[in-house]
Amino acid sequence: MSSTKRRDDRRAAWWFLLPVSAGFVIFYGYPAARGAWYSVTDYTMLNTPSFVGADNYAKLVQDDQFWHSLQVTAWYVILNIASQTLLALGIAALMHRLTGSVLLRATLLLPWLVPNVTVGLLWMWLLDTNLGFVNHLITSLGLAPVGFLTDATLAMPSVAAINTWAYTGYTALLLYAGMLQIPQHLYESAAIDGAGEWRMFQRITLPLLRPVLALVLVVSLIGSFQIFDTIAVTTQGDPASATRVIYLYIYEQAFKYFHLGYAAAAAVCLALILGVFTAIQMRLLRASRSDLA
Amino acid sequence: MRKKNFSLGRLLAWVVVAVIVVVTVFPFWWMVRTALTPAADLYTDNAGLLPHDPTLINFARVLGLTSEAEARAAGGSGAHINFARYLLNSVIYCGLIASFQTLFCAMAGYAFARLRFPGRDLVFAVVISALMVPPIFTLLPNFVLVKDLGLINTMAGMVAPSILMTPFAVFFLRQFFLSLPRDVEEAAVLDGNGPWGIFWRIALPMSRGPLLTIAITTTVWAWKDFLWPLLVGRGEDNRLVTVALGVFLQQSPNTQPDWTGLMAASTLSVLPVLVLLGFVGKRLVQSLNFTGNK
Repeated sequence: MSSTKRRDDRRAAWWFLLPVSAGFVIFYGYPAARGAWYSVTDYTMLNTPSFVGADNYAKLVQDDQFWHSLQVTAWYVILNIASQTLLALGIAALMHRLTGSVLLRATLLLPWLVPNVTVGLLWMWLLDTNLGFVNHLITSLGLAPVGFLTDATLAMPSVAAINTWAYTGYTALLLYAGMLQIPQHLYESAAIDGAGEWRMFQRITLPLLRPVLALVLVVSLIGSFQIFDTIAVTTQGDPASATRVIYLYIYEQAFKYFHLGYAAAAAVCLALILGVFTAIQMRLLRASRSDLA
Repeated sequence: MRKKNFSLGRLLAWVVVAVIVVVTVFPFWWMVRTALTPAADLYTDNAGLLPHDPTLINFARVLGLTSEAEARAAGGSGAHINFARYLLNSVIYCGLIASFQTLFCAMAGYAFARLRFPGRDLVFAVVISALMVPPIFTLLPNFVLVKDLGLINTMAGMVAPSILMTPFAVFFLRQFFLSLPRDVEEAAVLDGNGPWGIFWRIALPMSRGPLLTIAITTTVWAWKDFLWPLLVGRGEDNRLVTVALGVFLQQSPNTQPDWTGLMAASTLSVLPVLVLLGFVGKRLVQSLNFTGNK
């Protein structure tokens, strides 16, 4: 490589990186530092923030609402990830062995393409206690109508089911894409050996899919921890705080009560939790580098 | 014996696929069906797959084509709703973010993959570290920043945090540029091209697929955006479709939401996405082979 090219490169790199660097500094780096600073102040958006040390964190630890929101979030994550991953794995396996037609794939992708706000509204209407179609089916069987989103024990499973509907197809397509990487001849020779579909799934599909499955699982997990839109539309944290997830809690502290310092401290806690999963995700991303390009 | 079992299993599997398709599609059908139902029939006509007395009035009032009195008579609040405007705002929002973010991230991805400069790997690692920052953490300070800059209720304030970059796109496009064959570029250097020439004339045209992938997924995400536009674009002039739906829900006059209007608006919020799926569906479906972001 000539030295002219090297000098050209160096000068050009500066311009190539200018917009992204500006974006990083202004909207990621600087706000991250500012958020950390807010978390140790009494900022309310109206005052000049003054340092209060670890006060916000001390209050958080004793705040039942905060712990409750973490619990509720964990409950949602467990419900959503379990149903979504198992269903998606089943659908992907069906597509892999039966049909992967573009039409089916487009259909499965449809709920993912729709804004969560629309998804929330759609299901709020379908699950409405008096007029909803689902309750119409239930009452026509002679059963009492169910308050899916108004009953404190049912609200969270209902929200988890709504988001499972919205994201399972997308997750299934990611897993299906992973399955396509598995060499076909493995199935052919297994079939010659007389292996059934279930056995092939257990012995070939599942083990070879593991890296993709792990990545998809971690990415879904990170996404699930940050559920907000669907809940903001359907239940707004009710009934009886049964769906007041951590994201909604932080949002309310910041933009309803203007406890910005306090909200920032809660956001730091959430960031620490998510940081663990994100670190795993980045390792997995690096490991699957060859698949990505 | 085995053959019979096998085909029975296959039949069962097809039935399962059919059920999945119905469960996926039916809510959309019910949305359109409700949008076509007169508000007065909502209590009496909630069983059939088609409305008894289909009407387009709900679409008309959501698009602001009816008078206030007509809208009230049809079950609306009479509050000013102009969904056409919100749709346009959403299209502008998505278009700006998808095009600029893709271009800027491609530039950076190319520099990280192909240009030689001191500290390259370190800078890349720092930029990628932004993946570690959860959106809620930067949301509050970014809101304060945009407020201090006087950009609340402006399109500039709405697109600002995402128009310049997203760490995943930088990562993704760098991976692709790394895989481009070097000899094509070397030939371009011999023809007297500098880094810009190679980027515009060689690298970008050779990466149409990945660029389109990033642009489409960015468009979808921008179309779905809710919280940031809710905070920064509350005004009538720059309200996005998703925010408008939320406002519409709150504006409902009675204890019971204005379902026919909401479903008409929801249908309108899905239509552009369907058009996108029609044009680039195949590419979008294929793109899932690459992207693992959600």
